[in-house]
Amino acid sequence: MKKNVFSRRQLAVPYAIFLFLFVIIPLFVLIYFGFTDENGRISFANFLHFFGSGKTIGTLLYSIVIALCTTIFCLILAYPVAFFLAKGNFGRKQVWIMLFVLPMWINFTLRITALKEILTVLEGNLAYHPFFNTVLCMVYDFLPFMILPLYQALCKLDNSLIEAALDLGASEFQVFYKVVFPLSIPGIISGVTMVFLPSMTNYVVLDMVYNSTYIMGSLIGSYFSSYDWNNGSVISVILLLMICAVTLLSERFTKQEQIEKKSVLK
Amino acid sequence: MKKNQNLIELRHIKKCYDGNTIVTEDFNLEIKKGEFVTFLGPSGCGKTTILRMIGGFELPTSGEILLNGEDISVLPPNKRPINTVFQKYALFPHLNVYDNVAFGLKLKKIPKREQDEKVRHALEIVDLEGFEKRSIQTLSGGQQQRIAIARAIVNEPELLLLDEPLSALDYKMRKEMQLELKNMHKKLGITFIFVTHDQEEALTMSDKIVVMADGEIQQVGTPEEIYNEPSNLFVADFIGESNIFKGRMMDKRKASFCGAVFDCVDDYEVGTIVDAVIRPEDIEITTSGRGQIQGKILSSDFKGTFYIVLVRSGKNEIEIHSLKNYQPDTVVELYIAPDLIHLIPYDSSINHYEGVITAYSEEKGVHVEFTDFGWDVKVEQIFPNGKLINKNGQPITIEGLKVEASFQPSIAQLSDDAQAGVVQGRIISFLYVGDHYRYTVRSKSEEDYVVDDEYLWNQEDFVSILIPKEKVTYRVWDGKNKKL
Repeated sequence: MKKNVFSRRQLAVPYAIFLFLFVIIPLFVLIYFGFTDENGRISFANFLHFFGSGKTIGTLLYSIVIALCTTIFCLILAYPVAFFLAKGNFGRKQVWIMLFVLPMWINFTLRITALKEILTVLEGNLAYHPFFNTVLCMVYDFLPFMILPLYQALCKLDNSLIEAALDLGASEFQVFYKVVFPLSIPGIISGVTMVFLPSMTNYVVLDMVYNSTYIMGSLIGSYFSSYDWNNGSVISVILLLMICAVTLLSERFTKQEQIEKKSVLK
Repeated sequence: MKKNQNLIELRHIKKCYDGNTIVTEDFNLEIKKGEFVTFLGPSGCGKTTILRMIGGFELPTSGEILLNGEDISVLPPNKRPINTVFQKYALFPHLNVYDNVAFGLKLKKIPKREQDEKVRHALEIVDLEGFEKRSIQTLSGGQQQRIAIARAIVNEPELLLLDEPLSALDYKMRKEMQLELKNMHKKLGITFIFVTHDQEEALTMSDKIVVMADGEIQQVGTPEEIYNEPSNLFVADFIGESNIFKGRMMDKRKASFCGAVFDCVDDYEVGTIVDAVIRPEDIEITTSGRGQIQGKILSSDFKGTFYIVLVRSGKNEIEIHSLKNYQPDTVVELYIAPDLIHLIPYDSSINHYEGVITAYSEEKGVHVEFTDFGWDVKVEQIFPNGKLINKNGQPITIEGLKVEASFQPSIAQLSDDAQAGVVQGRIISFLYVGDHYRYTVRSKSEEDYVVDDEYLWNQEDFVSILIPKEKVTYRVWDGKNKKL
């Protein structure tokens, strides 16, 4: 009797088809449009247009600032939470973890709408504080994505390392910055990646709190909605390259971690 | 202040978790400066918890820990001049060997040059010179272990705690590290407290062994004392192999067990019930006629340097370590020299239970309620003259009187039918005693019952205990001066 009905290779076929149809082909379409003009001729005009225009570069920088702020606030809020969830000594830990991740269960649109209403009541008009509103909504939206990887990284951190540091005479603060923080860096990196990139390109949040803030996501959106495929595509390609760079950078750290794991297993 | 030569003193240490689980109730121990002390016991006996309390990672629920006469029981670990070698080494993976070892020195702001010198010296002690720049991940288990030791001793602590540090190493490496640790202890003059469940390790390395079981100290002594003169059956059974026989003192320095009378060195009052402990290597197989008992060889298994020979004599099965091989069914004689028989008097404190008389009626007798169960007893069993009247001829009220019941382990029996016996519980330990097993059963309310049974049960088995009512002895508490 044959042991397996399907070989591994065969099992991968459905996803390969999906990948080909919805990732690979669109990617080439994107690149094609990015490097052609409206008549279909190869050109770098779109590319030059992006870097030549003060408006687009400004949007790019503004997006980066927004994403940075979002990420920093998320990190500041998430780290203590993740630390106490992972290392705190209290009962019903699972319930607490669930409570912090609970926002993810509620529909995204609903959450932002609710927040928008609250802000409108507090501020009168959302247009007064576009930057603040954007960052606040994004922090609210992305916080669980920061908590989870941090929580996992801190859970993995062996308690005996903390005890060893205390044993060697470190104060609580020294334990934190000499042992806990350096060992949670992989978690920080993956949390940052999971918050920074989406918040740079997010456009739904901005659309929903309809304010005048303009970031990369909204820029692409506005090009596409005016049927300017070429300029929209080139910005997408540029963003893609940036994401690629960030991912490669964070991969270096994860690779290091894997080497550590391997040698521990030995 | 009075000069105190005890480096560390544990006084009435009590430790509970979540208010319920009691690890230890009243733990007392003194350790002198420079000693190599080993806490030895089966897993879950509380030895690591005691060590962690000394290290400051856990706080005692009550009691005092004195270091050089000063109470340190609530000091955090970073304020104690004590360093620990952890079971899983706990080396910092993000630092290299040098930074790991220098971790404590850097915190103390010791000048860089002195730091280098100390780290170099510590690495020299653990035989890893020149490893400063290596990353932790490139080290083998044994090397990581050594770095963990170097990281602790570089701080020159007064006391070094070692929590089963060799358990993750393979056999050969473990043997090697045992010797090295012992040498290190001699060289450094630091007091070591070593925790292990490996009795061989404890016997090889320590100056003093603290045998623990169930949160209590069973015996404290040198390895020789622990091995040759175990103070109770648990120690006898836990340390090394032993044959245990139930016996009785017959005459001065004469004990009977295994169906014969033996001369021995230990002496107790004639008639005392004793347990005789004899190591398998102390029994001589002879055919010369000078043996005290006869037996038949059951089996003989080669163990490298000796044979394990099983001999059946009457109902007893006796284990002997012999240099010679014997064919099964050979009839042999066994000789045991007087000084190799170790007698332990029967622990009369076991199987004593406090109860209260709750009711009395002519037809049912006296109803006694214990922690785990209650039953009706004939009046004569508690009040030998059978009359419930006092000197003046007036009837006395017996309700509310406290009684103490006790029984011999041999009268009780175990059953797997929960309804069959009066008490149910789990077997927490057992040992083989000549022709039967002795079980300690713990009930839900944490009472221990010691029961002899000839059948083999397993630890953790849920059993019920059959206690024949009529064989239990009772004593009335006068309720004034006695205290349970």
